[in-house]
Amino acid sequence: MSCSLLSCATEPDRLFEMSDYQGPRARWCPGCGDHGILTANQRLLADEQLKPETTVYVSGIGCSSRFPHYMKTYGFHGIHGRALPLATGVKLSRPDLDVFVVMGDGDCCSIGAGHWIHAIRYNVDMTVMLLDNNIYGLTKNQTSPTTPQGYASNTQPDGSYLPALNPLVTTLGVANASFVAQTADWVPGHLFATLKAAHRHQGFAFVRILQRCPIWTPDIFQEAVMDPAKTELLVHDDGIRDPDTEEAYTTHTWHDPADIHDGRRLASEPGTVRLGLFFRNEAQPRYDVTRRIPLQTAEEKIAHLERELDRHAV
Amino acid sequence: MNTNPPAATGSGLPASAASASPEVHTFHRHIVEVVSDSGEGAQKCGQSFGLVSARMGNGAWTVEIIPAEIQPPPRTPGSASGVRIRIGSEPVTNWGDEADLIVAFNEQVLLARHRLGALKRGATILLESMWETHEDADIRRAWDEAMRELADGDYHFVLVPMEEQTLTITENPQRGKNMFILGLLSAIHLRDLDIVRDQIRKTFAKKAPEVAESNIKLMELGAAWAEQNVGFRIDVPCKKPDKAMVVMNGNQAIGMGAMASGMDLCAMYPITPATSVSHYLSDVFETSGGIVHQAEDEIAAIGVAIGASYAGKVAFTVTSGPGMALKTEFIGLAIMTETPLVIVDVQRGGPSTGLPTKVEQSDLLAALFGQPGDAPKVVMAPATIEECFHCMVSARQIAESLRGVVIVLTDANLATGVQPFPRPELDPHWQAHLPDLGPIPKDRKPFSWDEQTGLSKRIVPGQPDGMHTTTGLAHDEASTVTYAPDVNMRANAMRSRKLAVFQQTLRPPPVYGGDEGDLLVVGWGSTKGAIEEAVDRAREQGLAVSSTHLTFLSPMQPGLKDIFRRFSRVMTVEINYSDQPGDPFITPENRRYGQLCLLLRAQTLVDIDCWTRVPGEPLRPGQILEVMRAKLATDGKETA
Repeated sequence: MSCSLLSCATEPDRLFEMSDYQGPRARWCPGCGDHGILTANQRLLADEQLKPETTVYVSGIGCSSRFPHYMKTYGFHGIHGRALPLATGVKLSRPDLDVFVVMGDGDCCSIGAGHWIHAIRYNVDMTVMLLDNNIYGLTKNQTSPTTPQGYASNTQPDGSYLPALNPLVTTLGVANASFVAQTADWVPGHLFATLKAAHRHQGFAFVRILQRCPIWTPDIFQEAVMDPAKTELLVHDDGIRDPDTEEAYTTHTWHDPADIHDGRRLASEPGTVRLGLFFRNEAQPRYDVTRRIPLQTAEEKIAHLERELDRHAV
Repeated sequence: MNTNPPAATGSGLPASAASASPEVHTFHRHIVEVVSDSGEGAQKCGQSFGLVSARMGNGAWTVEIIPAEIQPPPRTPGSASGVRIRIGSEPVTNWGDEADLIVAFNEQVLLARHRLGALKRGATILLESMWETHEDADIRRAWDEAMRELADGDYHFVLVPMEEQTLTITENPQRGKNMFILGLLSAIHLRDLDIVRDQIRKTFAKKAPEVAESNIKLMELGAAWAEQNVGFRIDVPCKKPDKAMVVMNGNQAIGMGAMASGMDLCAMYPITPATSVSHYLSDVFETSGGIVHQAEDEIAAIGVAIGASYAGKVAFTVTSGPGMALKTEFIGLAIMTETPLVIVDVQRGGPSTGLPTKVEQSDLLAALFGQPGDAPKVVMAPATIEECFHCMVSARQIAESLRGVVIVLTDANLATGVQPFPRPELDPHWQAHLPDLGPIPKDRKPFSWDEQTGLSKRIVPGQPDGMHTTTGLAHDEASTVTYAPDVNMRANAMRSRKLAVFQQTLRPPPVYGGDEGDLLVVGWGSTKGAIEEAVDRAREQGLAVSSTHLTFLSPMQPGLKDIFRRFSRVMTVEINYSDQPGDPFITPENRRYGQLCLLLRAQTLVDIDCWTRVPGEPLRPGQILEVMRAKLATDGKETA
């Protein structure tokens, strides 16, 4: 936009530090994986030198959806399950804004599942984080769609009745998916590298972040946290690379992110925790680009409407 | 006034040849219906006839007769699809009472209209003749049975060999009869055939030119047939209006009004009878810099609109009752976050799926009170097609200046009704501007509520130093989440105060008829024309009856109690459900009132009565007149 060019020309060079993106102290529980994800985001924004005023974090409802409150950017803390329609509206109306979405597993995969499927297909340019702790936290320990089968909660005390929904497989199954990755809150280097790749992706970048909840699901990821051998990294020249992580986590699988079939196979195999880029295709059509309309002045619009009235004249 | 021409033929007999100079009957108001099986094009025929009449300078109002299914079984009363066209020498504001002249493509769809009491006793009926002598014995039997039932109506039948005639120049009579009928009607009503030809060309402008020309030939065939075979003509005198006029239906007017307001995003999900707003806009919006976003569901539609409004220009969403129910939580979010938003609810019959294609005014209370928690908003209701246009401009401005939600309640009657009205004089100042992206001064907060008015200026993303998180949680001026009692009470008061401030800018509603009298009828929305016509007729008969019509339902316009005091009886007339006094178990204590009635009683403490009906069709002025007479026969002490 011309006005932003103008402001660039007149304002002194601004250099943003991580602290420029830090909002009030986060009120998550001590030990919650969300803290690390928040820090990774602040680091990303500083690394990318994004202007705080043109960055918008949109969320739904749940522990993770408090995220925007702890950033010093614009934020929209919406309603349960509906972050994606809000974010879509923001981006359609203001393509100049950098849009990030933060959702939990109940938010995205249960009450908001319909929007999730369609947002993948719209492929609107945004960075979408699913903070998946396998449980409803804020409402205090109810089974979520991603709760492992047999895992007890307040609503299913004998254990979750059904096999867990796999968000990666679901996303990879939707037409026009363009970026699907998985990372974990306890692997900060990989988390950062993944967010960076997601942010740079032109389209709907879906990142599932395995996230520990120290209160309700403290043991769910514990094995993977304690033993790096239990985690497998997907690596490729076109994938997500972080040398420090690759040194610490030595089980590597060579996977070309252009290969969606192999990506689906890797995402669906149970047991192993796989981190990395499952699929990327920047050539997929983007709804926000397809539907972009040149701005018109009030006078142009009125002239157009006069012609419309002519068509309806008697 | 007898509006019926004498019988062109005896019942069941073929039409006799017209004499050299047919008898001309002159009427100042006249109702025509065209009904066919769904898919045979009666609507296109009827709408064209209405448009031609409007272009010739008649007042006109058309109402669609729509079955709920796309192609219900043919030749059944349930498949009746068509249009009623009421034309007049003066402006026409409603669909009137019973039809004077009916064209029916078969006797079953005619029977449907007869059973609904839509046809005037002694009306003229132009009926396809092929069924009487059809090779299928079942069809002949159905014809005979229908004719026996129709005999009650004392109708004058003109049997028309529609299919036989159409087949002389086209191979598929299903796709040609309607234009043949248009010609027939045009000749009978002395329409200028050059205007009819031009209208057909406009109707088929998007198709190959041959399509329009073959339809014109069919129309000419119908006109020639009438010249040869119909012995009467109907003249509804018209005069060219002295100002420029446009003609459209209410949903098109909503779409154009949205463009006039400068809104650039309409997010919607298909729902009858609202969808045609998006059909219209999808055709023209992009050339004017806007988009129609068809969302994955009703909830996403309003979510996208809120997201777009939050970040830029005010956006809008269009829906009907079931969609409103789904949008409830998001409406609450828009109100809580003070995000400007326009919602159009094209009301249909409810509850639940109800009567998808038919009119009702049953969403008023849901619009006002549908959200959990206190959720103040502006609710307004256009009463005419013209108001559908202008209310969108107002709605956008109100939403913007109040930082709030404006719900526009139209209905199926306005949505599909077509009426000419003075061409709007467009003003570039109606157009929304892109939000200011300048930096935010240090002392400005996201909700710097003015203590007196509750108003505050919104901050949009992109504004330096304005960063904050918008939230549906209780929040203070800085948009910081807090559950402190004083902050929550203040924030509620600030959101409510805006309505009071806005109310002070409104004027009392005008009173139609006399300023005082024995009965005041209060209405809202699409019933205005029918109510005012009933008032006219009542006053012609010497009755001291007036009416007033509310454009704003939340907040209510000022001065209502003062107006009510000047009448010994006050009642609302509405298209929604209320218990009837005298029905089993119904007492003054448990009676459920019409929706506006309930609001007015609560607001004014005046003992207001109501007469409401849910017939799935617009109210008829004749019906309302009867209600007025009945009300005048009661003791007039309620408002004392």
